Amino acid sequence: MPSATRTRPAHAHPGLLLLVFTGGVAGTLLRSALATAVSGHRFPLATYVTNVTGAFLLGALLEVLLRRGPDAGSHRAARLCVGAGLLGAFTTYSTLAVETDLLVRGGAVGLATAYALGSALAGLVAAALGTGAARAVLR
Amino acid sequence: MTVALGLAGGVGAVCRVVVDGLLTGRRPWVFPFPTLLVNVAGSLLLGLLTGLVLFQGAPDVWRAVLGTGFCGGFTTFSTASVASVRLAEEGAPVLAALNALGTLALTLLAAAAGLALAAL
Repeated sequence: MPSATRTRPAHAHPGLLLLVFTGGVAGTLLRSALATAVSGHRFPLATYVTNVTGAFLLGALLEVLLRRGPDAGSHRAARLCVGAGLLGAFTTYSTLAVETDLLVRGGAVGLATAYALGSALAGLVAAALGTGAARAVLR
Repeated sequence: MTVALGLAGGVGAVCRVVVDGLLTGRRPWVFPFPTLLVNVAGSLLLGLLTGLVLFQGAPDVWRAVLGTGFCGGFTTFSTASVASVRLAEEGAPVLAALNALGTLALTLLAAAAGLALAAL
């Protein structure tokens, strides 16, 4: 049976894009639900928790997939659906940026700084922890 | 509206993957420029949408569907964070820091620009 000499890139693969779309819808709805559930704080807690959790999970997911084999077939599908799609849509940089700017506009510069830098730092730590956790489990 | 919001988010995610794919070509970037571009563009757009709603009385559904939905799905914090960690692990801590702080700084600026544009 002939096989493709070159794998079609994901962005030109309708089936894979559909997986991205599906994951993206799910991630967006989860983010929205969390935002509704965790509201009413001056600190944008919902976005913060969403972003940090998503960073942790993506670190773990990508490490698991990396360990399991090359980025092809079901691995690539999982990466695109759950990684790029779900977790990519679950987390958001735009909301973080606008929320920070609005805090600054409202005069809460200290809170804005804590939120922005805190998010970036927590995101790095979470992504590292997620990666490390996956490694520890798969050892 | 929740349905529209969710669908818009799915479209945003697909757009992100397509942009990334188009900008990546054969060889992956060392520095995640496509993700940075997507995050900055999405932040500019969300700033504009939010400003239009807050300052110009645009319908809030714009912010929900196009903002929380599309821009939220389009931009990604997780990918940017993991990319920074990977860069650090691969022995490029300066690039890692540049990605982390640079993304933050540029998205904040872009969102501010969007808000300012809407206030005009």
